Amino acid sequence: MRTDFILKAIEAVNQAVLASEAELESLDREIGDGDHFINLKRGCAALLDMREELAALPADQVLQRMGMKLLSTIGGASGPLLATIFMTLAKHEKTETADTLPKIAAAFAASVEAVKQRGKAGLGEKTMLDTLIPVADTFSQLSNAGEPADAIYTAIQQAAEQGMRSTRDLIATKGRAAFLGERAIGHIDAGARSSQIIIHTIAELARKPL
Amino acid sequence: MKKFINDVDQLLVESLSGFARAHADIVSLHLDPNFVTRRHKAENKVAIISGGGSGHEPLHTGYVGYGMLDAACPGHVFTSPSPDQMLAAAEAVHAGKGVLFIVKNYAGDVMNFEMAAEMLPFEHATVLTSDDVAVENSTYTTGRRGVAGTVIVEKVVGSLAETGADLAACKALGDKVNSRTATMGVALTSCTVPAAGRPTFDIADNELEMGVGIHGEPGRRREAMRQADAIVQDLVDAILHDLKPASGSEILLLVNGFAATPLMELYLLYNSAAGLLEAQGLKISRSHVGNTTTALDMAGASITVCLLDDEIRQHWDSPVHTAGLRWQL
Repeated sequence: MRTDFILKAIEAVNQAVLASEAELESLDREIGDGDHFINLKRGCAALLDMREELAALPADQVLQRMGMKLLSTIGGASGPLLATIFMTLAKHEKTETADTLPKIAAAFAASVEAVKQRGKAGLGEKTMLDTLIPVADTFSQLSNAGEPADAIYTAIQQAAEQGMRSTRDLIATKGRAAFLGERAIGHIDAGARSSQIIIHTIAELARKPL
Repeated sequence: MKKFINDVDQLLVESLSGFARAHADIVSLHLDPNFVTRRHKAENKVAIISGGGSGHEPLHTGYVGYGMLDAACPGHVFTSPSPDQMLAAAEAVHAGKGVLFIVKNYAGDVMNFEMAAEMLPFEHATVLTSDDVAVENSTYTTGRRGVAGTVIVEKVVGSLAETGADLAACKALGDKVNSRTATMGVALTSCTVPAAGRPTFDIADNELEMGVGIHGEPGRRREAMRQADAIVQDLVDAILHDLKPASGSEILLLVNGFAATPLMELYLLYNSAAGLLEAQGLKISRSHVGNTTTALDMAGASITVCLLDDEIRQHWDSPVHTAGLRWQL
């Protein structure tokens, strides 16, 4: 991975998150506790503040420092879960630079696995994992099959969208929405939606030359 | 939204600063990372540390002091604190006998304390509180929430720790109290997270939310508003269904306000609950009424029953000197 791409991705994700304020707030108010957008915004702002100090560092250190920063600024459940993604990517990057799509897919799959461990959750529990797991699977399959990059990005975006939408009909068994039982049916999970926004944004950025 | 605020981003720090100034004889405030410790560090005891999202005051900062917590880590409103706060707090109050985290069972709190525990250079253990009977426990869910019963756990474990008991004993007593404590809450209004600026849920004047949590997250069901005795009957039934106390059992009865319900009404609830519990043959030998575990500006209350034994009663009665609870001192 490249430091300049990571920093560009953070800027793009920040813009996309800010543009979704009303929607994320409303989703989280319906079946959560209304703090998801605020927490994401705080996390993005903290990462943007680090741009200068990180610009000259190798990607693994950038990811590790970002993970620690998210851990200390977001709090809640999102803090440890998002930090786990960054810190797992960092660990992979340190062992072997992810400079091809299959390698990036493998690092991403390991991160999603780490999120499952940390959150003690899996597919179909109405969480961010309903977006992330299909994305990790699609990413690994298509990149290992040697599909062209553009097709992979499109498939990733579709998998994220489909996964996010699947949460609408689920009963939550993890996270705050789990306390609602059947009343959570009919509402998309805010974490699944924000994850989908982030994946979509990064895939879109990856299509363009840096 | 109409609240006392200067700058919504400064609300937490300004509130913590006011708390520390008002109780300067009891606590010290540390900022960035945020945590509150006793003014005078205790020696040669297990360090008892709790924490959680803000908005539940006096929980947890208000229970820092002799006989209860050594430190508390306040997160943002309704948002778990982060591991750096817990690590810094542990570093500050560790007194050679290990660290016990008391954590309310919410996904975020559990994960953040877990990550802190993994990084902690001291012997440590965790008591998870899960007294809220509104939530069905199941292997497939996060499980029951920790609510007002957490105060009883903190009081009783805090008292044992003052005697110099070791980490394993403190953890065992915490788990025991938690297993003998049940809480059920009801909300009459929603609450407004200051940074969000609008109520978390909509509820009509003629409705109540039965089994509400302490974050304004909905509970078991939306029901029609009715007379207090009928509401209390449902709360008490849910508690007794869970605890199944034998007739003649000795209990502690705690009526907790969510902040916007007047003490006058909390005492009415106490009166009603006490009558129902005594009619079941239970002996109410200890009681507490007040805003111990709040939910910002929510109107509503919870009822907590803890099955006492000699050990728990003794540690509930022992001296305590905190901003939120103070007796025999």
